[in-house]
Amino acid sequence: MIEFEGVTKRYPDGTVAVDDLSLTVDTGQITVLVGPSGCGKTTALRMINRMIEPSSGRILIDGDDVTSRPEAQLRREIGYVIQGAGLFPHRTVLDNVATVPILQGSSRREARTSALDLLERVGLAADLGERYPAQLSGGQQQRVGVARALAADPPVLLMDEPFSAVDPVVRDDLQQELLRLQGELGKTIVLVTHDIDEAIRLGDKVAVFAQRARLAQFAPPADLLAAPADDFVASLVGRDRGFRGLGFADGSSVALTPIDHGVDGLTLEVDHDGRPLGWRGSDGLLPTEGTFSDGANLRTVTDLVILSPAGAAIRVDAEGRADGLVLLADLAGSVRSQQRERLAALASAEEAG
Amino acid sequence: MSEIWRYLETNGDDVLTALVQHIWLALLPVAIAFVLALPLGALVHRYVPARHIALTAGSVIYTVPSLALLLLLPGILGTSVLDPINVVIALTLYSLALLVRTTADGLDAVDTTVLQAATAMGYRPVRRWFTVQLPLAMPVILTGLRVATVANVSMVSIAALIGIGGLGQLFTRGFQLGFYLPPIIIGLVLSVALAVIADVLIVALQRGLTPWARAGAR
Repeated sequence: MIEFEGVTKRYPDGTVAVDDLSLTVDTGQITVLVGPSGCGKTTALRMINRMIEPSSGRILIDGDDVTSRPEAQLRREIGYVIQGAGLFPHRTVLDNVATVPILQGSSRREARTSALDLLERVGLAADLGERYPAQLSGGQQQRVGVARALAADPPVLLMDEPFSAVDPVVRDDLQQELLRLQGELGKTIVLVTHDIDEAIRLGDKVAVFAQRARLAQFAPPADLLAAPADDFVASLVGRDRGFRGLGFADGSSVALTPIDHGVDGLTLEVDHDGRPLGWRGSDGLLPTEGTFSDGANLRTVTDLVILSPAGAAIRVDAEGRADGLVLLADLAGSVRSQQRERLAALASAEEAG
Repeated sequence: MSEIWRYLETNGDDVLTALVQHIWLALLPVAIAFVLALPLGALVHRYVPARHIALTAGSVIYTVPSLALLLLLPGILGTSVLDPINVVIALTLYSLALLVRTTADGLDAVDTTVLQAATAMGYRPVRRWFTVQLPLAMPVILTGLRVATVANVSMVSIAALIGIGGLGQLFTRGFQLGFYLPPIIIGLVLSVALAVIADVLIVALQRGLTPWARAGAR
């Protein structure tokens, strides 16, 4: 757990970057700090490993004040991924990854051996190990940056705009990879970004910063989409927040209709194993436009309902056999009741808090 | 051509002595300046006021003609006019003027993101300077070293005008003998060869020390 307690950063010229920030980051979760540029999110991040010292207030990691230990020692126990990777150009990939273990006193051979395992872990081929950073693509460099931050197996990982320097396709890969890694490692991650979509995708909780690191809202991404705290958050979250919010809702909560139920003159046709073939109507066989299975989110189900010529999404079991339909009316009812429940929960949480 | 060989046969020892002295007088100042330029360059890189002082001082040193400097130094230092130390100090000043600047430029060119990353990894300042900052500044610093070395090899010849050894003595001898060519040609060939060899050695050093600098340019 990382706690900011009334942390303020005032520069000698009078600029206040962070003004009285109090925030608790949960252990083993990804907490995203998001906000416009100059809002103090990076300053807040860098105060955790003392790259920047607060003017007042304290920061605690698992109850210990970060200033209670020498800076260098503290930093070796906190992974750090910097924007644009910041790899050492004069060292090979393996030596880059081995940096922190060597600083901590491991032998070079030992550190390089475990660095090789880490490369694989972040999805890089072992033969890249002897290359120099300049010989890698931007996405590969960023993966090496993550491997380097993880090398000493730190419980806390700080990531400063880690994926902003790569193109959207690579960014998507890297985000997916981070979520997969986090599933294996369960680190306490604090990630800074200006990209609200990235924040919503990666964060277990998202802290929306306004200027001077004023905490506009600190909530799970679904709540951010369902109920933005103010106009600032609403404008940052942007359009389609209702539809995007469905991505966090459970698709299996919608009532199912038997597959032999005809819709608007169309009936579902299945093969002899029960797999859906298409919608049979007076115009012949129309395509199903896809199916969903257990565990799909409400956004996927809604999308299928919209695309389906019958206005009904087809659910399939593990063998791909159709076992139920979601009709537009049931979907609408479910979405409506989920939104009401969420608003009620938020309201009662606010009253309690 | 045969005259040149004859000259070498009779004066071979003198030529060799001149060559060895030339090497010393040219390279010792570069070595001293290189060692001094690292801390001074770091200072210039770090503090803006130091930058103005150093760059102004460097330009002033360069505007003083080398012959004038060689004649002035004994008066300032209280050394004998014929003392080779004057040449060493004069050339050290010239080399220093160049190397402080390139060292600072080299340090300036290091990507600050990389330095921040090093700090965030847990490097303490001294270790960071020697294992990250300095190695990354090396390509630019070594380029400055090449220029300084080649410049020194040619400038040492001036020393002969105030009666100090080096290949320049072969030129003065040639003029004294009524523009007698053999010593002049020998001196010319040897100083060019010396400059080329020094340059090649530094390039080899550069390739050995900074293999990564060429890695990106595939």
